[in-house]
Amino acid sequence: MISVSALRVSRGERELFRDLSFDLAMGEALALTGANGAGKTTLLRTLAGFVRPDAGTVVFSGEHPAGNPGKGFGDKPGTRETPASGRGAWIHWLGHLDGLKGARRTRDELMFHTRWAGADPDGIAAAVDVLALSPLLDLEVRKLSAGQRRRLAFARLVAAPRPLWLLDEPFAPLDARWRAAIGLLMQAHLDKGGAIIAAVHDPLPVTALGLDIGAGR
Amino acid sequence: MKGLWVLWRRELTLAWSGGGGPLLACGFFLCLTVLVPLAAGGDPAGLRPIAGGIAWLALALSSILSLERLFERDFEDGALDLIALGPLPLEIVVLAKAKAQWLAVGAPLAVTAPVAAITLGLEPLLAPLVVFSALVGALGFALTGALGAALAVGSKRGGLLIAVVVLPLFIPPVVFGAGALERAANGMDPGPALAFLTAYVLFAAVVTPFAGAAAIRNAQG
Repeated sequence: MISVSALRVSRGERELFRDLSFDLAMGEALALTGANGAGKTTLLRTLAGFVRPDAGTVVFSGEHPAGNPGKGFGDKPGTRETPASGRGAWIHWLGHLDGLKGARRTRDELMFHTRWAGADPDGIAAAVDVLALSPLLDLEVRKLSAGQRRRLAFARLVAAPRPLWLLDEPFAPLDARWRAAIGLLMQAHLDKGGAIIAAVHDPLPVTALGLDIGAGR
Repeated sequence: MKGLWVLWRRELTLAWSGGGGPLLACGFFLCLTVLVPLAAGGDPAGLRPIAGGIAWLALALSSILSLERLFERDFEDGALDLIALGPLPLEIVVLAKAKAQWLAVGAPLAVTAPVAAITLGLEPLLAPLVVFSALVGALGFALTGALGAALAVGSKRGGLLIAVVVLPLFIPPVVFGAGALERAANGMDPGPALAFLTAYVLFAAVVTPFAGAAAIRNAQG
């Protein structure tokens, strides 16, 4: 699914990691651990194509998720580095910031983010159902609690299938019930052949490989 | 194409709902054009030759008002990351946002422009020319404004920075736009000035998407 080799990333003068290599296959999850400031978020942003690595490659391979390779993708999957602009069809990004506008209604934000990610109406309806969002739809986003916002952010992951989920501390605002529920969603995603890389402090609720990227400072 | 429509609808609703909406820009525009005669003294005849110029200056300043909303808010709340992972390349996103800015803010300003220009003493027969040239010019303002807004993404006090970056870039359309009105007021053909104005817009339409997208990628890194 994703193959990372000899990755070196630095922020300013400080080198966060070097010679970082790992492979993740379909159906596998990777729990990314490390101290505060070790570079978990930066690694995720590098995989997403936002941060340009000093050296090394990030290659996405396997069947093309969109079925119809668009401009900017590798000619054959896995033959060359996938450019950042083409990664959108491969990955879902869920960071600290959820990209939701507080002044807009939950329904409007849900529709924009799911449709922008490429979801069809059936997918959106399924996501609303699974994440129990229907009572929230007419509220303004700023009236939602942190956990409700996180559920809203998860909706696009459920509504628009993309193979690799990049999650940055996805469980932080969720209560025990929704941690379990999101765990089930993650398991379902893995069962369908997807992959997950998550930066976490607690163990993931699904079977996962581990990668510790160090002590930070 | 579907993605473009989805993005557009969001941008237009955000422009109309959030602070710094089109009505605010139009209000600011009218305030400016009311202030100028008060500051310049009570001689309307003296203002008549520069009425078009004042209208264009006010148009340029009003176009800057809501530029910070264009990229900075999406950057701060993380939406820009998600937009970058969408179906359209960032270059098209920049172009689409600039065009939404034009529709939401530039077009209302262009419709307001003749009111102000005629109040300042411009020949009422020139109103259609004012609207047309202001529409074209506002597209140029939206495009170069989007470039300035993209360059300021992630910087503190981005709003001020945008104004300082963008105002020098607004000089050509102000010169050509006001020039077109002046030529028409003196009975000459405004065509050459309008042609220069259009050339500026086309140039901005080519440069802004690439430079703007590069600036945003740099800020996201």
